[in-house]
Amino acid sequence: MGKIIFKTLSVLCLMLAMASVTVAAEPIKVGALFSVTGPASFLGEPERNTAVMVVDKINKAGGIKGRKVSLIVYDTQGDATKAVQAATRLIKDDKVVAIIGPSTTGDTMAVIPIVEKEGIPMISCAAGIKITDPAKKWVFKTAQNDNLAVQRIYEYLKTQGIKRVALLTVSDSFGSSGREQLKGLAKSYGVDIAADETYGPKDTDMTAQLTKIRGSEAKAIICWGTNPGPAIVARNVKQLGITLPLIMSHGVSSKKFIELAGDASAGIIIPSGHVIVADQLPGSDPQKKALMSYVKEYQARYKAEGDHFGGHAWDAMTLVKMALERGAATPAAIRAQLEKTRNYNGIGGIFNFSPTDHAGLTKDAFVMVTIKNGDWVLIKDKKAGGKAGAKK
Amino acid sequence: MASSDQILQYCLSGLSTGAIYALIGIGFAIIYNSTGIINFAQGEFVMLGGMLTVFFLSVAVLPLPAAVTAAVLVATLVGVIFERLAIRPLKDAQPITLIIITIGGSILIRGIVMLVWGKDTHALPAFSGNEPLFVGGATILPQHLWIFVITVLIIAANRLYFHHSISGKAMRACSYNARASRLVGIDVKRMVLFSFAISAAMGSMAGIIIAPLTMTSYDVGVMLGLKGFCAAIIGGMSSGIGTVFGGLIVGVLESLGAGLVSSGYKDAIAFFILLIILFLRPQGLFRKGETERV
Repeated sequence: MGKIIFKTLSVLCLMLAMASVTVAAEPIKVGALFSVTGPASFLGEPERNTAVMVVDKINKAGGIKGRKVSLIVYDTQGDATKAVQAATRLIKDDKVVAIIGPSTTGDTMAVIPIVEKEGIPMISCAAGIKITDPAKKWVFKTAQNDNLAVQRIYEYLKTQGIKRVALLTVSDSFGSSGREQLKGLAKSYGVDIAADETYGPKDTDMTAQLTKIRGSEAKAIICWGTNPGPAIVARNVKQLGITLPLIMSHGVSSKKFIELAGDASAGIIIPSGHVIVADQLPGSDPQKKALMSYVKEYQARYKAEGDHFGGHAWDAMTLVKMALERGAATPAAIRAQLEKTRNYNGIGGIFNFSPTDHAGLTKDAFVMVTIKNGDWVLIKDKKAGGKAGAKK
Repeated sequence: MASSDQILQYCLSGLSTGAIYALIGIGFAIIYNSTGIINFAQGEFVMLGGMLTVFFLSVAVLPLPAAVTAAVLVATLVGVIFERLAIRPLKDAQPITLIIITIGGSILIRGIVMLVWGKDTHALPAFSGNEPLFVGGATILPQHLWIFVITVLIIAANRLYFHHSISGKAMRACSYNARASRLVGIDVKRMVLFSFAISAAMGSMAGIIIAPLTMTSYDVGVMLGLKGFCAAIIGGMSSGIGTVFGGLIVGVLESLGAGLVSSGYKDAIAFFILLIILFLRPQGLFRKGETERV
């Protein structure tokens, strides 16, 4: 009798052991949608690189609760139709538990109905404010909202005593969203818009618009666009001998911009994520640790500067990882855990999600930086209490 | 209201972009005149000029004049290969087929450049400094002078070639009547090859001289190509002064439109002019209405 019991037990033990082995081998599948090629590749490429890097690091450290993470990346090419197909494939065929990305607002808006219907948590890396406003049950985002950058710019102008600005925005979705926010928030900050000009994403000369701005009563120029347009604007401003302060958007906060604009970049002011001035932040800054490790790891692996676009993917993947570590395994549990994220010190800022706020950031996610000798320099805030104002 | 300084600035900005449109437009015209097709890959030669110069400067570390020469030579070679592989094998095809082939060719060239050199935008250093020069109340850069001078030189050389050299005259003969030219012993096929080589060289030169101002990337050729096409249409597809004026008109009107009306309509202005010309004077602004060549 005893023998039989012993035998059964040992067989059971063996089966259990085998079962646990197969469980351990089963990786956690996380999907990723990035515009690795196409017009928005400047977003998707660093995002893909960063996400792959984060996942490799997790797996090298033994995975999450003994399970490896497998990242399945599809390229949306910045095309909403492809994004929808890829999202469907991730959910139906690959059976992922969460999705990070897409890179652009257009792709994200197209994918939202699918993840909402299928109940898969998605952390978008796009900036458009409408992604999480109003909050949608399954959709989160890590990229800072445009309106936070606008608030930061207007606050900065206030400290400089500037009340009249000229807008020069690119006529694509990034530029028109910025233009909307700049115009919408102007009144509440007492800012007067003296000129409102646009340029095409492929334009090669903006002197006409700038000449018009020079003739207006503006005391500062705010240019909203992504490379290469703003670099041409910077050069044209110098050519025309305009001495007004030139403020750009966070869309140009990468070294590439300084390289393209050359000498003309000196003195340009931009609101940016903390990442480009990571080494200039005071040691007390709560984000500094994450920022420095991101910058270092990215540099070591890709021999390129990690920018804040890649940072969005770092944050998205880390948020998923943290939710998994807290024990979530099903899409619904991950979603619930994501919503409970408090004080996560990421690359983009300090995230605090809640049922009504799936963007999680405040305007402190931005610091004002300027360009000096071909590098970014943190502008210290005069305003007390601002995070960027922390004394060095 | 706009001051005279402002107007002067709009005109100067317009003239400098217009000069580029003219150079690209002449490239369209030369190929059209010798083959009867519109080469929509013309914009890609412009892109190749800029990108190859960046490549020779930064990767092969050549001095600027050598890099420019090398870039023009390679771009010309690409033009020749393009004609050999894509146009010549189909010599008896309809022009419409060939035009579609040039569109395909342009996508191919753009794709290869994207794969080889990536999607980044690159800046080229200015040929002689970035200190603005004052012209009345307006400013231009030394690079603009380079653009004007090189454009004038190329157009003058073009005129000398087409009017005073045997092969230039032979090319003009082909444009009037290919069969008659063949009968008097002109090698029409070689002339077509020449026309592709010359347009590629001119297009790449245009791409090089504007790259310090506008930067360059794998996809700059599309819009520049279309604007050059506008210039050529306005100039009645002449490979001479008509297209030059066409380019300058498009450039100045664009700039004035952006300054005085609204910058949102900048591109619309160029294509609006194109449509008006096509409706009212399809033979171009400067060409006298002539009888249909049969």
